[in-house]
Amino acid sequence: MQERYITCILCPQGCNLKVQIDDGKIVSVKNNGCEKGPGYANDEVFHPTRVLTTTVRIRKAKLPLLPVRTQKPIPKGKIFEAMKVLAGIEVEAPVTVGQVIYSNILNTGVDVIATRNMN
Amino acid sequence: MIGGGPAGLGAAVEAKKLGIDDVLILERDRELGGILNQCIHNGFGLQEFNEELTGPEYADRFIKQVKELGIEYKLDTMVLDITPDRKITAVNSHDGLIEIEAGAVILAMGCRERPRGAINIPGSRPAGIFTAGTAQRFANMEGYLPGKEVVILGSGDIGLIMARRFTLEGAKVKAVCEIMPYSSGLKRNIVQCLDDFGIPLLLRHTVVRIHGKDRVEGVTIAEVDDKKEPIPGTEKYIPCDTLLLSVGLIPENELSKKAGVILDKNTGGAYVWDDRETTTPGIFACGNVLQVHDLVDNVTDESRIAAQGAVRFLKEGEKTEPQPININPGDGVRYVVPQRVKKSRVEGAFKMFLRVTDVYENAKLVVDSDKGRLFAINKRRLSPGEMEYINVTQRLLNRFPDIREITIKVERG
Amino acid sequence: MYDVLIIGGGVTGSAIAREMSRYKLNICLLEKEEDVCTGTSKANSAIIHAGYDPEPGTLKARLNVRGNAMFDELCENLDIPFKRNGSLVVAFSEEEMKKVRDLYDRGIKNGVPDMEIIDRERLKKLEPNISDDAIGALYARTAGVICPFTLTIAMAENAAMNGVEFFFNSPVTGIDKHERYFTVHTPDNVFEARYVINAAGLYADEINNMVGGEPFKIRPRKGEYLILDKVEGDVAHTVIFQVPTKMGKGILVTPTVHGNLMLGPTAEDIEDKEFRETTPEGIQKAIEGAMKTTRAFNLRNVITTFTGVRPVPDTEDFIIGESKLVPGFINASGIESPGLTSAPAIAEMVVDIVKEAGLHMEEKPDFNPKRRPVIRFNELTDEEKKEVIKQNPAYGHVICRCETITEGEIIDAIRRPVGARSLDGIKRRTRAQTGRCQAGFCTPRVAEILARELNMTLSDVTKFGGNSKLLLYRVKELLKEDGEKNV
Repeated sequence: MQERYITCILCPQGCNLKVQIDDGKIVSVKNNGCEKGPGYANDEVFHPTRVLTTTVRIRKAKLPLLPVRTQKPIPKGKIFEAMKVLAGIEVEAPVTVGQVIYSNILNTGVDVIATRNMN
Repeated sequence: MIGGGPAGLGAAVEAKKLGIDDVLILERDRELGGILNQCIHNGFGLQEFNEELTGPEYADRFIKQVKELGIEYKLDTMVLDITPDRKITAVNSHDGLIEIEAGAVILAMGCRERPRGAINIPGSRPAGIFTAGTAQRFANMEGYLPGKEVVILGSGDIGLIMARRFTLEGAKVKAVCEIMPYSSGLKRNIVQCLDDFGIPLLLRHTVVRIHGKDRVEGVTIAEVDDKKEPIPGTEKYIPCDTLLLSVGLIPENELSKKAGVILDKNTGGAYVWDDRETTTPGIFACGNVLQVHDLVDNVTDESRIAAQGAVRFLKEGEKTEPQPININPGDGVRYVVPQRVKKSRVEGAFKMFLRVTDVYENAKLVVDSDKGRLFAINKRRLSPGEMEYINVTQRLLNRFPDIREITIKVERG
Repeated sequence: MYDVLIIGGGVTGSAIAREMSRYKLNICLLEKEEDVCTGTSKANSAIIHAGYDPEPGTLKARLNVRGNAMFDELCENLDIPFKRNGSLVVAFSEEEMKKVRDLYDRGIKNGVPDMEIIDRERLKKLEPNISDDAIGALYARTAGVICPFTLTIAMAENAAMNGVEFFFNSPVTGIDKHERYFTVHTPDNVFEARYVINAAGLYADEINNMVGGEPFKIRPRKGEYLILDKVEGDVAHTVIFQVPTKMGKGILVTPTVHGNLMLGPTAEDIEDKEFRETTPEGIQKAIEGAMKTTRAFNLRNVITTFTGVRPVPDTEDFIIGESKLVPGFINASGIESPGLTSAPAIAEMVVDIVKEAGLHMEEKPDFNPKRRPVIRFNELTDEEKKEVIKQNPAYGHVICRCETITEGEIIDAIRRPVGARSLDGIKRRTRAQTGRCQAGFCTPRVAEILARELNMTLSDVTKFGGNSKLLLYRVKELLKEDGEKNV
């Protein structure tokens, strides 16, 4: 039996989850403030993910950078690789918020979208 | 609205929705949205929209409404003066110097970052020392990374966010030093901005010297004792080219003072009623100019309260509250907002925002009145870095007749 | 061939350049840094002293009193912020009161006008916040506070308008003496000049030794200061000194000409002329010293601290004159306090010395003693504000919100003769970045204007020239090198 403490990052509450793992499975989660806790603990133990927020270069816009994010969380282990991919692209204004900037990044099935309008 | 960040935007939208036609936002930057535009990370909007948005997305939701509702705004416009009778002097390149008479004013200027001088870090004065927010603007909007070997002093949220930002962009964040025994940032930010990347958070540490003549070459850090004094012998040199400061935010109330608004020493913001009216009738305040919030959702929440107060003022004019109640911070509580309540006007309930002075485990927040105890709430953990909210219902206020004072304190165990 | 070459663009060099520019001469000034006013002149008490401190009969005494009298006209002509708010030397014991009377006598000998000795009651009336331990003071009405940056910059600018050539980033690396002229070397240039004036501040001894003048030594002495927010500006109304010691005039409490409160300086001899650090001990000493005068200030309102280094000569007096060993080489060296006050008088004296040394000097009929006044938006009336924005909309765009400095002012600071080239250059000329946020908000915008006006990128913007680059990388640049990052 293995015991781990994981801070849930789903909301600003930041519950300090007490997770018990046995034989490669989570057997109990305690200290969660809401029903999302156990699911988060499971993800965090077996396949942690994060939403990546960053920027890409943009041409013909009032600013040199366009803020973007992955539409859904991607595997934590792919964050830096994703940064490299996005460092290599450049888009052109105008762009609207929510527009897909890069599809299916690193075959995760997740798109990268613009997070603001840019003229 | 003085300011077109989340507080000003939220208040403008609410005022317009409540039937006020003539709403004007004065914004000093070149676009609406305020600091949200440079906060490209996510974590905004869980309460407000039930989804996790980035700063620009959160701002966009309100900017869209401002445009749809036809609310007037002026950009690149700096307010120079507000008089107690609500005459505003502002300036921009387009209109020149303008004077505006307002029926009600909502102060929404936000806050500024505490600079180096205010904390007196010894050493030289080279290039490469930035407040975290300035570095954030350069990195996220202007397209420049100040440096690639970074030490961060202070563990405020912007500092934590910038630790991750620099790391993702290929820089090395060597340490985050926090003089207090706890971080002033949110726990989730420590996890996802520091722990995820193996960036050490050094509690009870501070920068005791900055090195470098032209550009920062390194800093000496040291552990501090209980009085926050560096402990001799614990000094450690860290080479770096950039020092970021995330050592606190200060509400920007220079204009408020011109309007005769009295400030609360503990918040640095105005002393307000529950409807966010300041000590100057017809002038309201909300958002970080009033109290530094952890979450923009709470800023929006507060901006609505202020707008509702302002709209009522416009409709009913100035009224003296017959049953004022003062709210006081007691033991273990640094401040409470609002500082007083118009009891006769409370509809349903009102919300108190407060911060504690220290970290407490398994403590109680106790709400007392001058006529007797109102209630107590058990708290697993209280921390100065995390704002607490308490709803006080009208029913509770009526529990004793004639309450004049309310005090909130922390009780251990 | 220049008639006169001045080494050093501090207050002394700039004053000499301006005074010399009255005459039909070829003049140049070499400055090792990227701007004027970057050494001792930028970090000092910013006081125009009355003149009761120096030993009677010294150059310091004569030039201080003469210099002080020149400031009204100088500041009028060159549009320099200056207030004659008077100074006090406060005594905390009978023994100190005796010293105060000695200072008064010394002042009389030096020819200082408008002094009086005041009792506790008058003192309290003048300075309600003064410590209850104060028993009396010397009150000198002619003392004042000035903006030392504007003083130096305005004199340099006016000199440039009148034909003086300025060379920056030009440290003197060698001087060759010839029969009737000198060759002066810098890393990028060689200059020939008939007369060389040494106004090199902390490095004046090295320049002097380079050419073989009568030897002297300049020792650096540091002083640490604190600047408080304008909300503390009313704590003191006059320049409040304590009774002086051998190390200097002691720790003072004074309003600045811009309405902040200043505390300091400490006085400590050091080895390194380039030392500019503040230290915990020094700042503590400055605070404790100031608290003897008054406790009315709140340290939460400190907005910045800084260290200045004074050039202390081993001769105990200013070293001004033509070298006997090296005719044509003229020192204006060892200009420690009261150097700022004395600067215009030193310049007059140096002109006389050069004349006497044989340079033919004919006044220019077209010398213009004035510079175009600076528009300080914040100080204008509403009507004036409307007018300047109408003429130039850039004055309607506020860049530094703490000090209300507009884009128009920043552009003007860059475009004037001897204009700003760096963030600190903008700061010294406009006060943008000097307010309570200490440049947090306006740095990106000031940098942008600098880059635009000087036709460079943000990567080229420096804090104060040289390697003081503000921004080291473009975003995404570091991701293209192959890093070894792991989550």
